[in-house]
Amino acid sequence: MDIKQQIDLANQEAVSRLIQGDPVLADIAPAGQVIPGLQGRMILHAGPPIPWSAMCGAMRGALIGITLFEGWASSVAEAEALLASGEVSLEPNHHHQAVGPMAGTISPSLPVFVVENRAFGNRAFCRNVEGMQQFGDYSEKALAGLRFWRDVAAPAMAAAVHQAGGISLKPIITQALQMGDELHNRHSASSSLFANALAIPMIQASVPQPQLLQTLGYMIGHNLLFLGLAMAAGKAIADPARDIACSTVVTAMCRNGTEFGIRVSGLGDEWFTAPAPKVDGLYVPGYREEDAGLDMGDSAITETVGWGGFVLGGAPGILTLVGGTAEQALAYTREMAHITVTRHPHYLMPAFDFEGAPLGIDIRKVVQTGITPIIDTAIAHRESGHPKIGGGLVRAPLACFKKALARFGQKYVS
Amino acid sequence: MASGYLIRKNQYYDSVFLMRVARALSDEPGVRECAVVMATDANKELLAGLGIRAAEVSAARPNDLVVAILANDEALIARLLGEMDARLTSSSQAVRAADYRSLEAACAAQPQANLVVISTPGAYAGREARKALEQGKHVFIFSDNVPLEQEVELKQLGRARRRLVMGPDCGTSLIGGVGIGFANRVRRGPVGIIGASGTGIQEFTSLIHQAGSGISHAIGTGSHDLADAVGGITTLMALDVLGADPATEVIAVISKPAGARTLELLQERIRRCPKPVIGCLLGLKTALDAGPRFVQARTIDQAVERTLAALGVTSALLLRMPRKEKGEEIPPRFPGEEGRGVRSPRYLRGLFAGGTFCFQAQQVLWDAGIPVYSNTPLDSRYRLTNPETSLEHSIIDMGDDHFTRGKPHPMIDATERRKRILQEANDPEVAILLLDFILGEMAASDPVGDLIPAIRQAQESAARRGGRLTVVASVCGTDLDVQGLDRQKAMLMEAGVYVLPSSAQAAEFCRDLIQRGEGGRDG
Amino acid sequence: MDDLMALFTGPLIAINVGVRDFGLALEQQDVQVIYVDWSPPAGGDQEMLDLLDQLL
Repeated sequence: MDIKQQIDLANQEAVSRLIQGDPVLADIAPAGQVIPGLQGRMILHAGPPIPWSAMCGAMRGALIGITLFEGWASSVAEAEALLASGEVSLEPNHHHQAVGPMAGTISPSLPVFVVENRAFGNRAFCRNVEGMQQFGDYSEKALAGLRFWRDVAAPAMAAAVHQAGGISLKPIITQALQMGDELHNRHSASSSLFANALAIPMIQASVPQPQLLQTLGYMIGHNLLFLGLAMAAGKAIADPARDIACSTVVTAMCRNGTEFGIRVSGLGDEWFTAPAPKVDGLYVPGYREEDAGLDMGDSAITETVGWGGFVLGGAPGILTLVGGTAEQALAYTREMAHITVTRHPHYLMPAFDFEGAPLGIDIRKVVQTGITPIIDTAIAHRESGHPKIGGGLVRAPLACFKKALARFGQKYVS
Repeated sequence: MASGYLIRKNQYYDSVFLMRVARALSDEPGVRECAVVMATDANKELLAGLGIRAAEVSAARPNDLVVAILANDEALIARLLGEMDARLTSSSQAVRAADYRSLEAACAAQPQANLVVISTPGAYAGREARKALEQGKHVFIFSDNVPLEQEVELKQLGRARRRLVMGPDCGTSLIGGVGIGFANRVRRGPVGIIGASGTGIQEFTSLIHQAGSGISHAIGTGSHDLADAVGGITTLMALDVLGADPATEVIAVISKPAGARTLELLQERIRRCPKPVIGCLLGLKTALDAGPRFVQARTIDQAVERTLAALGVTSALLLRMPRKEKGEEIPPRFPGEEGRGVRSPRYLRGLFAGGTFCFQAQQVLWDAGIPVYSNTPLDSRYRLTNPETSLEHSIIDMGDDHFTRGKPHPMIDATERRKRILQEANDPEVAILLLDFILGEMAASDPVGDLIPAIRQAQESAARRGGRLTVVASVCGTDLDVQGLDRQKAMLMEAGVYVLPSSAQAAEFCRDLIQRGEGGRDG
Repeated sequence: MDDLMALFTGPLIAINVGVRDFGLALEQQDVQVIYVDWSPPAGGDQEMLDLLDQLL
């Protein structure tokens, strides 16, 4: 069998594993208790590995915020000094079966979603989504949001999840894709469906009424609630497709605000990186393009498994956030079909006569066509101390894929 | 003069689309020059030639689009550059929705496809052709500038897999009545033709059609097939095909000069061919010894005549046409003789769209002992050092690289030829203008109409000098072509142009004019 | 039938790679045409092109 056939077979195996993925929310628990290897003074962050000295403003701000949240420092200056000293280990989420939105910071006491892929038995983790601390805002208000999540919402939701014996996420995802979500920046449908699924079990679990009402209020008012679940689900789906010899399918795409990195199934743990691109976007009033930091977050795991930018054509509602016309949205999805191995048989888009989402990014096709994955994403400030400032579209840099293909050549072509 | 440019990263457009945009842009009043090109090295040189040398432009890649405009007015440039997006997107987005982005994807979507037509830049054409052959497709490669060693590899691969490689630099083929590339609409019939020259095939098939017969298949081989490096692989395969094809009764082979070893091979193969073969190997001075069923021809006309003879059809109706088409006699004397005061005009200037016609016309003149300069000369001592400036008798191939770099071929767009006609008409020594017009698929929609104003202007400027410019032309095409052969000819005759039935006869007509005049030589 | 002869007897189904007009002219003659919206593969990067030749 020649290498081309071996690659095709390996890629078929990779997408078959992606398709089989069956993510179930099994628990919500403090990260230190569930994430392998997260212990002591360690903070996980988004994107490929990066030292403190190379981090962008938003990432540093988020780390300062989470350090204060953990109580490892009592002032911003102290937190900054501690982080700069190297006494707190900083490691990528992806090295711990985890993902996190924007700065993606996960520390031991922060409760995380625990999603199990029932088809393969692996677990993945993601933190909650909020619009302040993970964008680099370490204000008291931002920290109060984290404490509310830790002390009120997460325990109540965890009780409901236990009561229900786990919440199967695939039905929610499948439905939401047909209700106008693309599962990266629009989570109106999925968040509602998830809140519905949790409401009765939360009552059954006898969560005290004030906590119950606060938590239900939080869930109902949080239109990106499901993003953290979608990301954990994406990671849980993507991980079994890793380490298939000869496969050219991408198993992770992520950014740390400085660099964009990808991993490829047949190339093990290696990261292939390029400078993080600038997001082409729309801004919250009061902020402008000049304020924007570069692309950041592990949320591109959604595109990795065929959602987000890949199903923009099925989510015209997202256009108000990312700009552009309905025809452009359809064109993005069609374009992504040029760089993927197959179509997902279950994640269907009504706008395309129920055609499946383009699935399984093939680095060969990316390099050949020069079409890189389109990601619709949020924008953080280039300096620390600010909340979310906008949203828009960004392309994965071609250089990552070229580097990966070059390595693939070294590894598999004698 | 002001200039301005814009760069669009990673926006690839095919060259024909860009030429249309460029033409629309250059039609804007006030625009002196413009270029709408992908930033290949060759195009960057072209831009530098226009004075566009910014670092940003040098750094652009072949996938980046560069638009440059030279005009008198900064504001005009700013406005036109500002409008570029509308010009570039109007026709591209919607149409392309269902397209595939790679040959692999297209093959997967339509496994029944049997022919891949390739017109990418030459540097990439070989790669696409190889993929096509590996997928079991026949290929038609219009692209030129494909490295010769790649052509050899492709043709060897094609031969091994029993797939036909037409090209590189293949202008036309007719497969089972379907014209590929620049082809004329002709009826089907018993004549098969193999040609290394696109316009040669077009002329031959059109004349066969005009004579009442028809074509079984026309197989373009690409212009280098008979070079010794390639060894005529496609020509020989085509001979086998047409030899075995029940619809083909006679086979014609038309080519520009061939390599000596390849000629041997060809000779040997023709000898074994069960059908009559007519060979028109332009530039060949000796007679081929290719067996009793082989007939040699010096011009395309002769090839047509002898092909018809082999079929038992009389060719008189076509090729013995009287040499007047307006009821007017051929001028008995050298046409420019009555010029006063100035040096008597006496030179011929031929401006050709068809490379083979240019070659054939030179051959006709040289055969009569008339030396002729060219940018693609038969005799290298008569190469024009500057293709932009004619000398004495000159015959210019306007389809040559020099004129088509970043600009459309004269078969598609008349701009360059229009300029050159006016330039030649300003030379008081010019007495005869020789032109060709090519109709058919892919050609301009009104090739004659595009040049009539320039022809009239040229005639007037000669008249103002008290001289006379004789314009001679041939039109390659048929009554079935969308442009309409008769309509195109009528326009020429209306303008006082001598229209001959073929390119060879137009050249011979000019030869006669020169011989009847002062002989065309200095001294 | 021999693959080579089959080209001359069966209907043409064409894939057009490059200038669109070639395909359009074939469509006018009732030939089915599939279009490749071609651009230089790998942006013309020779090292990548060589690799893709082996891998894709």
